[in-house]
Parts: sequence; structure tokens; C-alpha cells
Amino acid sequence: MRYVYLIFGLSVITVLVLAGFRGSFSERPPIEIFPDMERQPKVHPQSPSTFFSDGRSDRPPPAGTVPRGAFYEDTYFASGKQGEDWGRGIPVEVTQQLMARGRERYNIYCTVCHGTLGDGAGITREYGMIATPTFHDARLRDMPDGEIYEVITNGRNLMGHYRYQISKEDRWAIVAYVRALQRSRQGTVDDVPPANLSELGL
Amino acid sequence: MSKTFPKWTNTLPLQIVIFLILFLGSVTVGITYYFTPEYTRVGYRPPQPVAFDHSLHAGQLGIDCRYCHSNVEFAGHANIPTAETCMNCHNQIKGDSPLLALVRSSYHDGTPIPWVRVHQAPDYVYFNHAVHVARGVSCYECHGPVNEMEVVWHDKSHSMAWCLDCHRHPEDYLRDPALVYDLDWRPASKEAQREAGLRFVEQWNVNPPLSCSGCHR
Repeated sequence: MRYVYLIFGLSVITVLVLAGFRGSFSERPPIEIFPDMERQPKVHPQSPSTFFSDGRSDRPPPAGTVPRGAFYEDTYFASGKQGEDWGRGIPVEVTQQLMARGRERYNIYCTVCHGTLGDGAGITREYGMIATPTFHDARLRDMPDGEIYEVITNGRNLMGHYRYQISKEDRWAIVAYVRALQRSRQGTVDDVPPANLSELGL
Repeated sequence: MSKTFPKWTNTLPLQIVIFLILFLGSVTVGITYYFTPEYTRVGYRPPQPVAFDHSLHAGQLGIDCRYCHSNVEFAGHANIPTAETCMNCHNQIKGDSPLLALVRSSYHDGTPIPWVRVHQAPDYVYFNHAVHVARGVSCYECHGPVNEMEVVWHDKSHSMAWCLDCHRHPEDYLRDPALVYDLDWRPASKEAQREAGLRFVEQWNVNPPLSCSGCHR
């Protein structure tokens, strides 16, 4: 009997040594113990595919087509242009909600380089991205709103485009927020509503 | 009468029973411990073709999750970023690094980077990222402290029982939507979490599906 227990004890130890414990790191893909239809031959987003010649499941839209929901009339809202020139003004209603949305989107996509304050001192500056301009100079203060929209849409110089990450509505929200950032550096005490003066100790 | 069986055989039936209990008990414990995603999936940490470090980008630099995973708020699938996204910074930062060779070639000729998928729900599960993050389920609840991971690993089990824990008691997990992408945020206490969670559940009429067809279509 003692041999039986010996063999039993040894096999328990073998299992523990081979299988390890829960949560230990492994580079092997997870074992699927009951693989009932866990993997089906269907198309998954951003996955390899043997069906298409370029080996991917994601298809670019065929030339000359517009995806549903992606069509916009050639308006100021969609192009940033009024006639031949970059337009001025925000073509959506500027509300507190829009500004909040603009600030949120700005802080996701723009602060990395342009900095939370719009002074071009984002975290990337410390890593060698030194050409990021500040919003607080005459050139960018005078830049038409439509042109800022265009820069977000298509990028400029070393800046990449953000047309896929940021929707058109959100781009305008960011433009409005950038305007607010610029305004914040131009403010004087006369801009403060009288009721709020005491909060600033004035 | 001759001794056909020696005396020790008297205890043999008992010994066999004891051994069987021990043996079957161990097998049960072993299956319970090992035959679960808590063992099979958790800790899966494959090396990636490009050594992207989340602890640097999301942790140290503080880049928002959505800078790269930009579809997460409106799509079921939280996208892997395109090489274009990487090149927004890496056209200037470490532009010649051999570590980024695959990113550059992908950027120039469109060759996909063969990222190794870490989290993969079974194909009969239809998980939607957008609805979860919109209602205050943080990235952290399912993916763990990604902002501290040099190489991403599978942190939670993603078993069905684990999904149902939250679907049955969302108040224990929901947070302010403004904090969804703040992976360092933790509730002050269990009670505080529950109190705020119950408020969110009521305010947004959170009613996670418990029927099969909620996730299996």
C-alpha cells in the first residue's frame, strides 16, 4: 500500500511541476479545453484572412465609393472652407456641452504634443519633438477656424492627420476649445463677471 | 482451516476505499483548479512583434487609451491602432530605431504588423466595448493594470461566470464615466463603491442582460 501512496504522491507533484499554478506567466496560447465552436471560420475585425489575396479581413472601400454615413455635403461644416478661403466661425452651436466635449477630445488627442495649455509643451517635447508650435502667438491666434479644422483633418508639416480618430463634430468642438485656450491667455480683469470677482480676491 | 488469506487482507477493503476517496478527491480538485480560464488564460503573455510598452506610453507618458484605441467608444471592437497612429510621434521620436522597423514598413507599404492577440473571446460571444465603457465599466475591470504592463498579459479570466458576476451586481464595478480610462483610480472602499454604483445603476437604468441571448446570438 505504501507504494501506491508513493506513486500517487509523485504523480501529484509531477502534475504541479508540469502545470504550475493559476496566473503564472506563459507564452503559450491558452488551451481551449472544450473547443466547441470557440473558433469559427468567420471574418473578425483586424484579423488575418486566407480568403483575400492581401491576407487581411479588413477591406478598404472600393475606389469611387462612399461608405454609408460618411457622406457630407460640400459645406463649411465638412470642408472648413467658405468659398475659396478658410472660413471663420464655428458651424455648430457652441454650448457648454460642446466645450466640454472639445476639452475631453483635446485632452485625448492633442495634449500629447500641444500640451494641456496649448503651449506646445506636451510630453513628447521631452522626447525630442521640438517643432510643436504654441497656440498663443499672433500667427495661430489669427488662423481661421476652418484652417484649424483642416489641420486636424489632414495634418500639416510634421503633424499627422486625425480624420479617422476624430469625427467632424468633434473636430469643431476641438476648434472651439482651442479658441477658448487662446482666449484664456488674452483675458483681462474686465472679462471676469462682477459676481465672480471676489472669488479671485479682486 | 488453512490460512488462505493472510491477516492483513482484513483491512484491504477499507484501505481501498480510503485510497479511492483520496484519489477521486484529488482528481476533482485538480480539474476544478486547472480546467478553468482562471488557469488556462490568466497570465498569457505572448511576445509581440514590436516591443510596444504600455507602461511607458500609457503609464509614464500618460497617453489616453483612446489615443490609439480610438474606436472603443463607438464600436464593438476596440481597434489596434494603425501604423499611421504610431508615426504621429515616431516620425520624429526614435525615427530610426530598429525596434520600429515593422511599424515603418507598415506605414510605407501597408504590410500589417502581425500583433499577437492576447484577449480573444470565443466566437459565440458577442462582446461590445462601446456599451461597456459608455456605462462606466473601466478598461481596468477586464484588462487589469495595462498602464503598468511592459508586455501585455491576460489579467482576468474572462470566463462566463466572471462576466455574470458583474452582470448580476453591476454596482460593485461601475464607476463615473469620466474615470473609465483612468486606470489608476480605485474606489475608496467597498462601501463607497457600492453606494456610488447603486446610484449609477439607478441613474442610467443599468440593466445588464442575464439571458443567454444577451451575449450569445
